[in-house]
Amino acid sequence: MISDIVVVGAGIVGAACARAFAQSGCRVVVLDRDAPASGTSAKGEGNLLVSDKGPGAELRLAQYAASLWPGVAAELAEELGAEFPAIEYERKGGLVVATTGEGARPLLDFAASQRDAGVDARAVSIAEALELEPHLNPDMTAAVHYPDDAQVQPVIATEALLASARNHGADIRPFVAVTGALRDATGRITGVSTTAGAVPAGAVILAAGPWSGEVSAMLGERLPVRPRRGNVLVTTRMPHRVFHKVYDGDYFGATQSSDAALQTSSVVESTAAGTVLIGSSREQVGFDERLRVAALREIAAKALRLFPFLAGASIMRSYGGFRPFMPDHLPVIGADHRTAGLWHASGHEGAGIGLSLATAELLVAEFLGRAAAIDAAPFRPDRASLAPYLDEVA
Amino acid sequence: MKVVIVGAGPAGLAAALAARAHGASVTLLDAADEPGGQYWRHLPPERPSANERILHHGWQRFTAMRRALEADAGCEIVMGAQVWAIERSDAPAQARTEAPMPAAPVVVHVLVGPPDGTGRAGRTFRPDALVLATGAHDRTLPFPGWDLPGVFTAGAAQAFAKGERVAVGQRVVIAGAGPFLLPVAASLVATGARVLGVFEASRIAGLVRGWLPKPWQLIGAAKKGGELAGYVGTHLRHRIPYATGRAVIAAHGTDRVEAVTVARVDANWRPVPGTEQRIAADAVCVSHGFTPRLELPIAAGCAISSSRFVEVDEAQQSSVAGVYAAGEITGIGGVDAALVEGELAGHCAAGGSPGDPEVRRAAKARTTFTGFAARIEAAHGIRRGWTAWLDDDTLVCRCEEVPYGRFRETAAQTCGSGLRSMKLTTRAGLGICQGRVCGGTVEELIGGGPETAAGGLLDQRGVAATTDRRPIASPVRLGELAGGIGPTEPTEPHLSKPTVQKGHQ
Ligand SMILES: Cc1cc2nc3c(=O)[nH]c(=O)nc-3n(C[C@H](O)[C@H](O)[C@H](O)COP(=O)(O)OP(=O)(O)OC[C@H]3O[C@@H](n4cnc5c(N)ncnc54)[C@H](O)[C@@H]3O)c2cc1C
Ligand SMILES: Cc1cc2nc3c(=O)[nH]c(=O)nc-3n(C[C@H](O)[C@H](O)[C@H](O)COP(=O)(O)OP(=O)(O)OC[C@H]3O[C@@H](n4cnc5c(N)ncnc54)[C@H](O)[C@@H]3O)c2cc1C
Repeated sequence: MISDIVVVGAGIVGAACARAFAQSGCRVVVLDRDAPASGTSAKGEGNLLVSDKGPGAELRLAQYAASLWPGVAAELAEELGAEFPAIEYERKGGLVVATTGEGARPLLDFAASQRDAGVDARAVSIAEALELEPHLNPDMTAAVHYPDDAQVQPVIATEALLASARNHGADIRPFVAVTGALRDATGRITGVSTTAGAVPAGAVILAAGPWSGEVSAMLGERLPVRPRRGNVLVTTRMPHRVFHKVYDGDYFGATQSSDAALQTSSVVESTAAGTVLIGSSREQVGFDERLRVAALREIAAKALRLFPFLAGASIMRSYGGFRPFMPDHLPVIGADHRTAGLWHASGHEGAGIGLSLATAELLVAEFLGRAAAIDAAPFRPDRASLAPYLDEVA
Repeated sequence: MKVVIVGAGPAGLAAALAARAHGASVTLLDAADEPGGQYWRHLPPERPSANERILHHGWQRFTAMRRALEADAGCEIVMGAQVWAIERSDAPAQARTEAPMPAAPVVVHVLVGPPDGTGRAGRTFRPDALVLATGAHDRTLPFPGWDLPGVFTAGAAQAFAKGERVAVGQRVVIAGAGPFLLPVAASLVATGARVLGVFEASRIAGLVRGWLPKPWQLIGAAKKGGELAGYVGTHLRHRIPYATGRAVIAAHGTDRVEAVTVARVDANWRPVPGTEQRIAADAVCVSHGFTPRLELPIAAGCAISSSRFVEVDEAQQSSVAGVYAAGEITGIGGVDAALVEGELAGHCAAGGSPGDPEVRRAAKARTTFTGFAARIEAAHGIRRGWTAWLDDDTLVCRCEEVPYGRFRETAAQTCGSGLRSMKLTTRAGLGICQGRVCGGTVEELIGGGPETAAGGLLDQRGVAATTDRRPIASPVRLGELAGGIGPTEPTEPHLSKPTVQKGHQ
């Protein structure tokens, strides 16, 4: 036994960390104020995308994550057996299309820059795009095929990672909320206080998703994670007519902007269950869960531009959650440079499902002093791009 | 003063009349083709029947209310009007009428037209006050064979009988719990079915505790006592066996129901081994209680009680100022309670107060109905032992075809998960009915149900998880949502077999 770790949050990031640390021999306790897999990880989609990321640190993390998923998916299936529901890992590929004249060039340039960074990004003709997606609106101006885009069912993936962590000795305690830090005389964090008493630990990993800012404040350190709301529409089951993750080029604008105002982009995909998921909106409205019809209308209109046949599809449900948003658009992974004993694994915004495995690996490597597969410096809490926000008054 | 009322059942109709009487202009919205709600279901006007008054208690009252509202230019009745979303708006709408009180902070989104047609028109309302009277549908617990054709909810069977004059079978068994099993039997008898028996799961002791201590309240408050006596009379005339402490624990048949197994159940509704009895039947109607339609009140932000009803004050106002609730969504009380609550809600929504002389009788009657729902729950409420009649192949969720065995196995594998995770790992509750049929079952199986704090598959520890939250209250086409773009082609209908039909859309 190397150390006692407390992971705060049983979303997919906490689950991946719990498994990785437990596998490397640490004694792990996971605390969640709610049931496991009931936060953001149960309220989004399960896209594991490289296609939406431009060259840079986040793309490298996504590429690393993409390289981990097939192996982990196979390990989980093997370890948990047929009784456990499948995590539905599927490398179905993405198709990104431009729908306007002005949109074509930026999309093709973006793809070219990704190719230079090692992404399999294939510019395809309209005819080829229609072969990949026969029901797509033929009225498009450019298309890029990304064979490496994949997906999982995020809730099952979270539960599977937790089950595996449990098999490796982790103790998962639902309905225990963290309320503060235990500290020694030097100020080092030595555990957490909770609604169920004190839980001492050698290290505390904060993986509370969009609530990490709030929990970090309870633990005594500022962390500028903010909620960015997103909503998804779900159709009733229908015959399979969407074969890839299909989205319009607008997506780039939406992911990389920090405007609070409503932004939407349409990402359309079929699920194994036969429903079609249509996402999603991006709004900075705090933790406000109230339905906004205007946001849904805009998602719908954009989806119809891609797939006109969906006009007759019945939307039976809408759900949404709060992406953990960082002001400099990178997750925060690593030891806190201000307080010893505190570690971060938060702020993955709209990519936390995909990035969870890579996040856990980077943390374990740093914690155990092993070499990491990619450079972790761009994600450390002490990075320059984050400094201005850490200094802001809370 | 502009009042919007959702639901044209007994509560909504009474609310509309009272709001008009107090001077408000009223819009009455209902998704159905005809007003009347669950209770006053009837043949369409093109096919009138001389028998309506026999089939319906209070039929004259209904026709009078309906006629008065239809003749009133200040009341717009919109049928085929599906309220699909309620949005909360904190910003007060501009250009209001002379509102003497703060306006309801809601925007009501409606689609008008046949649900399977292509051209539903969107309408949006920002009322000064909103009255929600969306009623309840009956709840059915799963049992082996409940997905066979020939198994109906009691509400659906009654709707066929009242609305179509069709009996669901020739030899019918009625089972479940609650005083409403009796009127269902009466409706079926009236349409020519032979009712082989009514099997009430609760036991006499429970009924005595629930009903009999204060029968005078029932008789005195409304005609309910008399009405029940009428049903019992029907039973006697037709020699329908009425047995308590018994339940249908399985339905049998290959292509449709051919027989059912009825067994004694203990006070906890656990079947008593060795008491099984097979009865040949071609239809079985089951109802184990009611599920209020709470999606709109939840969307509007109304506080919901632990027993899953909208909390209201003596003016029928919910926790949200300007939003009122009446009828079955505030407590199961039957048609007379719904009428009284509707009257108070409409009057107060229009700016009146529950102390006003016009509503004195309603206010007084309301207090007599208070506690009715609690007594029904005490006498007929679902008891935990029912899960003992499930087998591994019994479908927990029919839409997504999730068998109990798999549901339990997944719960064991993911030990400790909550409602949301259970739904997404098993798919129970994710189908076309959005958990309207199985939601309560799923909650109870995982231990989140109100009376099951201990002993569920999982320990929920008081988390207020609920399957009743449905921000999209009924399916909307993507084209309708996008705004006016007509569908280019219809999608395939729902894939699973809708054998147990709900009485409502
Ligand atoms: C609409 C939408 C679509 C998305 N689509 C995708 C996608 O396609 N691909 C992708 O990769 N990502 C997607 N995401 C993003 C992804 O869902 C998130 O990045 C990811 O789920 C974050 O996981 P997490 O474990 O950090 O947070 P969460 O899953 O939110 O887990 C945090 C946990 O911390 C717990 N917690 C909070 N406070 C406390 C406390 N005081 N004590 C104890 N526990 C506490 C919470 O209960 C919660 O369970 C989407 C998000 C949304 C909203
Ligand atoms: C099987 C059965 C037997 C019964 N027998 C008796 C009896 O013998 N005696 C007795 O007193 N009571 C009986 N009842 C109860 C009685 O039907 C109810 O008390 C009464 O109908 C409740 O009135 P309500 O106005 O609250 O709701 P309802 O009558 O249910 O009316 C609700 C209306 O709201 C509409 N609606 C709901 N949601 C929406 C939406 N989103 N958009 C638009 N419209 C919407 C529905 O279309 C419906 O017309 C029985 C009920 C059942 C199910």
